[in-house]
Formats: sequence, structure tokens, C-alpha cells
Amino acid sequence: MSAQWKKRLPGLCMLAVGIAFICLGILREENLVVFKKAAAICLECIGIG
Amino acid sequence: MIQSIKKHLRLWIQLGFTALSNGYIAGFIKGKIYTGPSKQLCLPGLNCYSCPGALGACPIGSLQAVLGSRDYKMSYYVVGFLIAVGALVGRLVCGFLCPFGLVQDLLHKIPFPVKRKNLPGDKVLRYLKYVILVVFVIWLPLFVVNVVGQGSPWFCKWICPSGTLLGGIPLVSANPGLQESIGFLFSWKMFLLFMILLLSVISYRPFCKYICPLGAIYGLCNPWSLYHYEVDASKCTGCNVCKHTCQMDIAIYQKPNSPECIRCGECKKACPHHAIRSGFAVRKQQEKTAAQDQTF
Repeated sequence: MSAQWKKRLPGLCMLAVGIAFICLGILREENLVVFKKAAAICLECIGIG
Repeated sequence: MIQSIKKHLRLWIQLGFTALSNGYIAGFIKGKIYTGPSKQLCLPGLNCYSCPGALGACPIGSLQAVLGSRDYKMSYYVVGFLIAVGALVGRLVCGFLCPFGLVQDLLHKIPFPVKRKNLPGDKVLRYLKYVILVVFVIWLPLFVVNVVGQGSPWFCKWICPSGTLLGGIPLVSANPGLQESIGFLFSWKMFLLFMILLLSVISYRPFCKYICPLGAIYGLCNPWSLYHYEVDASKCTGCNVCKHTCQMDIAIYQKPNSPECIRCGECKKACPHHAIRSGFAVRKQQEKTAAQDQTF
């Protein structure tokens, strides 16, 4: 394996893990939890509580 | 015009991305937020999802929302997004795509009698963002729950100035109902926002340096991200021009992929020996340049 690929390997592995986690999260419907939170005014975020 | 855009390319990218990701103008006019399907997608920077214009979700807010929910104690979706973005570009997001980073950059341009790179206690304060990440973003939403098992977004509620500036002020200004509900929490967040904005005039990006948990996460990815910086040792003379230029106060020639680096590129422009390069395939660029030098 060339030196360049060895240097890039950790980043590529992290990217693969990240994409795998995103897919797993979508399967678990976590994106819907995010949507439910983001599509309503977050009173805590804006300082109302 | 083109020369001006080239000279200030990073600023134009920051402005463009902020406008694009917060483009729901009707929200600002009506005092409401966007509720379309893109709200389930995380934006890369600290962009409050309660900003009237926001078309996506804040990753830090989303992380707290999932960790604090009854049904999940780990957010693969948001953590995966953070790892993927970090692995690709690291803290380049901070330098180019974060709206609150843009706000601090613009404020720092305001002339002020006292200007300093860092605040007193800088070396210790740099670790504060990791404490905030672990305590306010992860631990408290996960373990401090109400009777039905739901946690609160502690960082968003008690600290985040982006939510106050981009969400709180526009929404409270446009909604009489919200105006009647403001109390201690709003006053505390306004005070915190004011202090951070004032400090941004005096010191460069104090929120990014000392407080931002999102910067903390991306910074941890800097040493391994595919987009990276390299210093050509054959050209570098250790003159320290990069360190003097760097507003995050990093000796780039010693630590080219420091977790503190927001990858703004100012060091590359300043280096008199053109020893600093960045990209996804920097080593290949350097080999190409070396080959061209040999040919000529």
C-alpha cells in the first residue's frame, strides 16, 4: 500500500463508519426524531424555556 | 468585481452558504419557522433550527434531541453525520460554512481600541469546549430526564448564542405571544450573546476557540480528515509568518492539522515561501510541482 493511501486510511475508515452510522440511524428512524424537533419552534433554544 | 470576489472568496462562500441554508425568507416575514422535509437533514455548521430561515437542522441540537428522547440513547444518524463531515473536511466547516463563525468574523473587522488574538487564560480555556461537549451536549440530555424519561437540550437552552441571535431575536420580535413569555432564561441568553459578540470585536472568534462543542468534534477529526494541510519541509524556513498571521494562534508549520485550525487558508496566503498547501490530494500536487520544476 502506497504511503499516500496509508495516510488517507484513517480518514476513509472514519468516512465509511460515518456513512454506515447515518444509514443505521435512518433505519432506526432517528431522522424523524430530528425532523419532529426541528420542525417545531424550540422554545429552549430561543430562550423561552 | 471578479478580483474583489477572488480576494474575498472565503467571505463570499460564507455569505452564500448562510443565505442558502437560511433561505426561507417567509419565515422572517411571518415570524414562523420552515417545516418542510429538509428539516430532517443536518446542516454542517452551528445553525439553529429555530432560525426562521433555516432549511435544515442544527447537528448539536439534533444530537441533544435524540439523546434526550425516550426511545434512543445513541444517535447513529447525527453522530454518523458528524463523523462523515469531520472525516471529509474537519474544521473547514468552521472556516467556511458556519453562520455564527461568519458573524464573529464580521464583528472582528470592527475597529476597536483594544484588539487581541486570545483571551487571558487561553491555553486552559481551549479545553472548555470539550467539557461543554461532554457535559452539556451528551451527559446532561442523556441522564438528567423528567418523569417520562425525556431530557432537555442543555447546551441549546443555557449556552448557545446562535439560537439566541438567529432564532430567539427574530421570532420574539415578530411574535407578541412569545414576547409575553420571556423571562430569566431569555435575559441570561441575551447577556451571554452580548458578551460573546463584544468579545468577538476584541478577540478573534472567542466562541469557536473556547465554547463551541461542534468545533470541538470537528477539531478532533482534523488530524485524520481527507482534506488536510501539508507543509513542504524543503521550502519552510520556520520564519513564523504563518503563526503571526493565524488568528487561531497556531504554528501551522509545526502543527498543520491542529484541532484548533479552522482551515481559513490565511496562512497559505501569508507564507512567503509558499510552503503550505491544502487539499484532498496535497502530496500529489507537490509531486506534480516537483516534476514540473525538474523539467524546467
